[in-house]
Amino acid sequence: MSFQIPLQAQLNNNHTIRKHVLLGITGQDFTLIAASKAAMRGATVLKAADDKTRQLNKHTLMAFSGEAGDTIQFAEYIQANAQLYSMRNGIDLSPSAVANFVRGELASSLRSRKPYNVNLLLGGVDPITLKPSLYWMDYLASLAPLPYAAHGYAQYYCLSILDKHHHPDINYEQGIKILRMCTDELKRRLPIDFKGMLVKVITKDGIREVDYDDSARIDCP
Amino acid sequence: MASGYDRALSVFSPDGHVFQVEYALEAVKRGTCAVGVKGKDIVVLGCEKRSAMKLQDTRITPSKIGLVDIHVCLAFAGLNADARILVDKARLEAQSHRLTVEDPVTIEYITKYVAGVQQRYTQSGGVRPFGISTLIVGFDPLDKTPRLYQTEPSGIYSAWKANAIGRSSKTVREFLERNHKDDMDRETTLKLTIKSLLEVVQTGAKNIEIAIMAPGKPLEMLPVEDIEAYVKSIEQEKAEAAKKKTGRTPGTGSAAILSRGPDE
Repeated sequence: MSFQIPLQAQLNNNHTIRKHVLLGITGQDFTLIAASKAAMRGATVLKAADDKTRQLNKHTLMAFSGEAGDTIQFAEYIQANAQLYSMRNGIDLSPSAVANFVRGELASSLRSRKPYNVNLLLGGVDPITLKPSLYWMDYLASLAPLPYAAHGYAQYYCLSILDKHHHPDINYEQGIKILRMCTDELKRRLPIDFKGMLVKVITKDGIREVDYDDSARIDCP
Repeated sequence: MASGYDRALSVFSPDGHVFQVEYALEAVKRGTCAVGVKGKDIVVLGCEKRSAMKLQDTRITPSKIGLVDIHVCLAFAGLNADARILVDKARLEAQSHRLTVEDPVTIEYITKYVAGVQQRYTQSGGVRPFGISTLIVGFDPLDKTPRLYQTEPSGIYSAWKANAIGRSSKTVREFLERNHKDDMDRETTLKLTIKSLLEVVQTGAKNIEIAIMAPGKPLEMLPVEDIEAYVKSIEQEKAEAAKKKTGRTPGTGSAAILSRGPDE
């Protein structure tokens, strides 16, 4: 007997899914999460203002990509459970607790008849230690805490930029600057229009959307 | 007891009573008092707190007031342990409702659900009813009308302007009937809640718990100092009223026996 990844999960890691851009960057007191705004099906863009994130509690945000129906179903299931925990216990789960809970849920789903096909980024700031954190998780439920992360084709373009420019002590402005380098590079090199990025920032005060102007035209040399 | 009609729950007595439900109501009457009062744009829950023993850690002793969802608050009277289970079911339903219809529950919906659970436990085999009555308060999503509902062990639910449950609830309810007015502001509502509780709570501010709900705001627990200030001002008012009634401060007169004569 050997462990086999369910066939469904293997097949569904197709190109449409990988065209979705998810980016995450941590800094000294914040975590940035950026997700592309295009909702795609095959070669068609269905929507240009899609929000691929869900707020799990005051200090944790989850961004997702993957099989169309699975993503929102799974994200909202996690959201409901995180909120139920907060109501029952009068205190929020910490980002690391949420991340490990999500991993457990996705891991048991992976071993079911029809696993969820979702890739996730979990960004948060611990409300007690005030430490920012970022968790990368793929559809095989492998979890990694990282200083910066990406999903899909965006990885090939962005990780090298982040390798070069990221530092754990960057402030918010520097974080936005590095994110801008990433999204510019994506616009320059990625052969698809992902309709710009929706950017959210998590700080000790909660989660807010960043006014991120994405209209500038970037040409390939 | 020996009548034999209180053994199995689903059995009526010949005159149409379900005894276990009535015993549950008795458990409610023995529980500490809880009051709910609606104002113009807030709703207040007040609870009698059982005084803690010397070595008890009050920080982690659970309260009789709990949040069901961010906009729904519940207070109960009766068996604490039963309440924990019921509140947990309500919390689960509140989140499940959000997940399925993408909307927070309305206060009436969650009241109906809680009452439904309580009813189920009067008609199923191998269970006993919940020994609690609840007051459920809050605001419907995108609405500024305060709501106040009551549920009972039988599964009855009803809407109120102000109500009390638990020990001496009759006294408190009658007090509220005499003193409640429509469209009270925050101060008046808070004062009425505390005043009504003081009818049955002798020990004063440290045994009172007050929770305030306002539309779109998180639950606010009134600090002990604030409750103390209210209690003090109420006591002062009462003393003044008593003075006015007798026309003099007690104990200062020269002829104590005569004082009762002309005044009354």
